[in-house]
Amino acid sequence: MNRFWGLFFLAVPLAAFGVSALAAWGWTPLAGFWLPANYSREGETIDQLFHLFHAVAAVVLLGTGLILAWSIYRFGNRDRTAAQYWPHHSVLEWVWTIIPAGILIFLALFQMESWNRSKAAHPEIEVAGQRLPQPPLVRVVAKRFGWEFHHAGPDGKLQTADDLYVENLLLLPAAEMVVLQLESSDVIHSFFVPGLRVKQDLVPGMKQKMWFEVREPVELEIICTELCGWGHYTMQAKLQAVTRAEYDRWVVEETNRRRPELAEVEQ
Amino acid sequence: MSHDPEHHPSLLGRIFSRDHKVIGLQFLFSSLIWMVVGGLLALAIRWQLAWPWSDMPIVGRWLFAAEGGQISPQFYNVLFTMHATIMVFFVMIPILAGAFGNYLIPLMIGARDMAFPTLNMLSYWVMWPAFACMIAAMVVPERGPDFGWTAYPPLAVLFGQSQALWMMGLLLVGVSSMMGSINYITTILQMRAPGLTMMRLPMTIWGMLITAILQAFALPVLTAAVVLQLSDRVMETGFFAPEGLVNEQGQTVVAGGQALLWQHLFWFYSHPAVYIMILPAMGMISDMLSCFSRKPLFGYRPMVFSMCAIAGMGFIVWGHHMFVSGMNYFLSVSFMVSTILIALPSGVKTFNWLATLWQGRLVFSAAMLYCLGFVSMFVIGGLSGVVMASPAIDIMVHDTYFIVAHFHYVLFGSSMFGVFAAIHYWYPKMFGRMMNETVGKLHFVLTFIFLNGTFFPMHFLGARGFPRRYADPYVVESFRDLLPLNQFITWCALGMAAAQILFAVNFLGSLVFGRRAVDNPWRANTLDWQTTSPPGHGNFAVEPVVYRGAYEYSVPGRAEDYWPQTEVPT
Repeated sequence: MNRFWGLFFLAVPLAAFGVSALAAWGWTPLAGFWLPANYSREGETIDQLFHLFHAVAAVVLLGTGLILAWSIYRFGNRDRTAAQYWPHHSVLEWVWTIIPAGILIFLALFQMESWNRSKAAHPEIEVAGQRLPQPPLVRVVAKRFGWEFHHAGPDGKLQTADDLYVENLLLLPAAEMVVLQLESSDVIHSFFVPGLRVKQDLVPGMKQKMWFEVREPVELEIICTELCGWGHYTMQAKLQAVTRAEYDRWVVEETNRRRPELAEVEQ
Repeated sequence: MSHDPEHHPSLLGRIFSRDHKVIGLQFLFSSLIWMVVGGLLALAIRWQLAWPWSDMPIVGRWLFAAEGGQISPQFYNVLFTMHATIMVFFVMIPILAGAFGNYLIPLMIGARDMAFPTLNMLSYWVMWPAFACMIAAMVVPERGPDFGWTAYPPLAVLFGQSQALWMMGLLLVGVSSMMGSINYITTILQMRAPGLTMMRLPMTIWGMLITAILQAFALPVLTAAVVLQLSDRVMETGFFAPEGLVNEQGQTVVAGGQALLWQHLFWFYSHPAVYIMILPAMGMISDMLSCFSRKPLFGYRPMVFSMCAIAGMGFIVWGHHMFVSGMNYFLSVSFMVSTILIALPSGVKTFNWLATLWQGRLVFSAAMLYCLGFVSMFVIGGLSGVVMASPAIDIMVHDTYFIVAHFHYVLFGSSMFGVFAAIHYWYPKMFGRMMNETVGKLHFVLTFIFLNGTFFPMHFLGARGFPRRYADPYVVESFRDLLPLNQFITWCALGMAAAQILFAVNFLGSLVFGRRAVDNPWRANTLDWQTTSPPGHGNFAVEPVVYRGAYEYSVPGRAEDYWPQTEVPT
């Protein structure tokens, strides 16, 4: 039986590696079984990290899998008369502690910068020689089960009378860094755009900031990825990235179209 | 059979038995029954994901008369909430710590029973009010527990009708685990047979001891958090409700709390809980791998130290569940480092298991095959864990099926295979009969193939960003092409469920038709095999004395390839 079980366990690393490699390669029958198309600047780095981590995982998977299968094949042979009394080996223990430790520490340090850019290093702009945090362009308010987008009006500020409120459509300028302010009006939601590799929970009582750069004009899906009730799966919106000129034109046109309403509100 | 002829308990005394072996078997049977329930809930989830909104076969018309046989989105949420709740709190923790912990600890350390037999009995019977609470929560007329097993407020507090019942059930499970863990720690530290030093303990006992310590230190935090959330609901205290929240009735709730606080408290327990659900299995398969390789466990000391390291580091990694939660982003970096480094002791254990096989003389019993399956699946589950330990990558895969794939590889592929191995291995000790080896191997092969068919493709779903907990993911346009893959997964899940019938038949049938077992059918060294099968009340006819470690297999110069711990040296 050692032949059968050896081949049986050999199939695990080979199949797991083979199928994943073909999917990552983009082999047609497995098309769409890997990362979706990416449209954000930071997403490129995240995708590279995803591939790097998987490459390291593949080496370990194949290495341990082959040793396991070989051990079963070789030492499961019925003709073997005795096992070898071999209870420990200090050098081996050190080798397989220190080498993985080095690899893991490298991986930990290597990917830190991407996280820093994604979540910690708030984008800055220069105003009169001073570096200030870039103000948010849109206020995103999640509620069960939809998204409200309050775009900054012509004054460029949020939560003023000229905010442009749109439901379930987020319009953004492409090819530049944008900052969003995220809030929730009831339970926890999560703002996820697979095509941009961005995700952030919206927690009631907290104001989160999120930033990214959409590389080119494109239409993408925004979905909620934190359970928020029975309609969780219906909670989606469109993200439309347009050129800066188109975005500015939209702000002016929308403001003009809505002016009568605005005037009414102000009275 | 009995070593204590004066021991004739009444019927009530048999049910509320204080014998650790009876309590262990009670835990075993109730966990296996709950596993059937949890498995059926999983099939219902898979049904909805493969054929959304189509009538449920067999039970649909009866359960969902109002919807015409469909699963409602509300009930879909109840399905995955209860699947996780049952599998974690009623199956994995009780079957590992409750069933095998109770059954094996006194036997393997040569004790007559646990240190506190009455407390032990209570730790089982307190599970029944917990069962009652959870069943009641599920059948609450208006709405079952639909807030996920993580019960994040404000959703659980404001919109969950059955939250109070669910929280009370969880509280009682915690009480049970706490009583068990105090007992295990005391018994292992105080009641070992003469000569059984700590460094001669079998890995099973190390696994149980470290698990018990984890529970003793992590559970109080969960218990406190559960009481706080319960009082948020029933006394409107507002520990987790932020300013300005409005409830379902449109009233502003008492506030001033922090929604994120719950997540910290919950994961402070629930991350160590994932080690509670794997360390005992790691210990048991270490013993079995050594026995069926007829070779000492390789690197006993590194094995013990790496288990301690996993447990210790397990307390400082909980934040990796919260990378995108809004928690301080610099804090995430420290959680990332500890999470990536916890792969190190896990890796050391894997290498030592492989070295245990090396140069051995393997015996392919059904139990051995589950152990080999454990190692093979643990590598896959562990490696995907390293991938998502990177917060940058986690931004993409958080709350997607990538996570679902990861924890099912660890919890089903590893822990559950450890349980299957342990059942096949200790069945002769428990019931005095052998399980059928051929049926056991067939069950292993089918479960192993369908398991990979079910859970491996979930990595691909996750890479695409396919989210968890969606009643109908195909309302999102870009996920529509993933329907065929989901149908494939469901077919594999159905196959896996069908394969469990083999196990049930083997388990129940062998009780009556199994071949009679000898005292030590596997020719193993540990103390549990040096008494009768099954052991009588009091376990040992004479108190055993231990002369050596648990892994003296194939010692050169001996006629036998094993050397029981109790054999008097000549």
